[in-house]
Amino acid sequence: MRIPPKYTQALAVTVLGAATVFTVVVLVFIIVFVLSKGLPGINWEFLFSAPKDMGRAGGIFPTLVGTVLLPLMAIAIALPLGVGTAVYLTEYTRETRLTQVLRFGTDCLAGIPSILFGLFGFIFFVVMLKMGWCLLSGGLTLAIMVLPTIIRTSEEAIRAVPNSYREVSFSLGATRWETVLKVVLPNALPGIVTGVMLGIGRSIGETAAVIFTAGSALRMPASAFDSVRTMSVHFYILAREGISNEKAYATAAVLIISVLLVNLAAYSTMHRFIARRSR
Amino acid sequence: MNLNGEKIAKYALMTVAFSAVASLLLIAVFIFKEGLPFMFKVGLRDFLFASDWDPMAGKYGIYPMIVASLWVTLGAMLIGAPLGVAGAIFLNEFVPKPVMRVVKPTIELLAGIPSVVFGFLGVMVLAPWIRATMGGPGLSVLAASVILGIMVLPTVISISTDAIGAVPNSYREGALALGATRWQSVYMVTIKAARSGIIASIILAMGRALGETMAVIMVAGNTVKIPHSVTDPVRTLTANIALEMANATGMAREALFATGVVLFVVIMILNGIALSTIKGRVRRK
Repeated sequence: MRIPPKYTQALAVTVLGAATVFTVVVLVFIIVFVLSKGLPGINWEFLFSAPKDMGRAGGIFPTLVGTVLLPLMAIAIALPLGVGTAVYLTEYTRETRLTQVLRFGTDCLAGIPSILFGLFGFIFFVVMLKMGWCLLSGGLTLAIMVLPTIIRTSEEAIRAVPNSYREVSFSLGATRWETVLKVVLPNALPGIVTGVMLGIGRSIGETAAVIFTAGSALRMPASAFDSVRTMSVHFYILAREGISNEKAYATAAVLIISVLLVNLAAYSTMHRFIARRSR
Repeated sequence: MNLNGEKIAKYALMTVAFSAVASLLLIAVFIFKEGLPFMFKVGLRDFLFASDWDPMAGKYGIYPMIVASLWVTLGAMLIGAPLGVAGAIFLNEFVPKPVMRVVKPTIELLAGIPSVVFGFLGVMVLAPWIRATMGGPGLSVLAASVILGIMVLPTVISISTDAIGAVPNSYREGALALGATRWQSVYMVTIKAARSGIIASIILAMGRALGETMAVIMVAGNTVKIPHSVTDPVRTLTANIALEMANATGMAREALFATGVVLFVVIMILNGIALSTIKGRVRRK
């Protein structure tokens, strides 16, 4: 017996719609739940004072500093490498076997789980190069982790710069490098910024790769060779060792708000970029 | 002089362009260098297919962890793949464009929720519920699967939506002109045309579920035992690495890198399949 198409249509719409609504509700619930439990615990003192008694009392200031410094260091290292790669792939070479290999390598790097970055960072930076658990080890590890994101978004942004811009620049006698520096990159900047933001967002939320490379010392870092604890790591330790659920929720709320703000900034930059391009 | 600068810029950029590939190789070399010799020292059989993990006693069987990773990943896919693909189809085909333009970025934004937060919610909300309704310790295969299933939703939806959106409208119009209902045109034409992209999204999500560490440590229970039911606690490959890394030295540390080698190889195979499915589609176009 065949069910009339009219009914399968109605059934399909109901089932698919229910699945979609369920997905959105679950994801939104997670955010609302954490914020509702965590927001009451957030105040000036929580944000800007040092933790006491392993985090049972006091605030999260040193981890806030770590959460700012570590992603910035990662970006400072990954940005020139990523943008350089993107410029080379788009402006300096044609599609060859070599570019295929470079792209494949980038895609594979993007798929590696963070725990393997942690393992690598630990054995290479911390142990072999004798840097120890520190800001720099963590920054270098995260830099490798966010490199694919920066390469991809920069490449897309550079490709979106109209060819006529380059032709005008060449016709004025500019060399390729001058064109890249003065015409292509300024016009691709919003797209590149999007990639940077996404990279920062990912670094803020990362735990596995950070805990084995930057360590988890709960004090203010004085130099790049000091261990730092980011908010993610702090939250993980609070929750996992059952130190304080109240502080854990408050930390999670700060963490979620920062990641969402950074990602929101990334998407709005991208949208403005696309809107301007399509005008 | 000027031309010299051009040359320097070109070669500098070319060198920089190898940074991603070089990093990938470096990671592979170091993980294999630490892990492979160990595998052969212990013997592949006693490493991959033995069930006792007790580094203090010199026993390094990771078979229970392999089974656990498999169960948890498959469980996550059973939850995440149908929900994600259904969401992608619905958003593309049955919802007005402005709605989709709001919902899709929202879902992608949620991809940024840190994994530790997912894990924490698993501990606070999901595990107690499982303990109360199904028995067992709560921290279990099921809890890990549900949490990972939710975590991979943005990946599945985002990539599947792009794949379905890339199907030319003329395909749909052709089906509708032949008298098909909207749903018939979706499952007879659109899904078939977007198949490779949808499959790629699922495989990439699988890689993400398999590689996830912190959320899994928090909700899976971490007992080294082959699971017999979905309410049993388990320890995955990734959890094994992260849990023992802090204290491991010597052979025990090498064992963790060997676990990393297994993970690396499986993930690379999954990525390879996903990337070649996407590439195949591009070539066909």
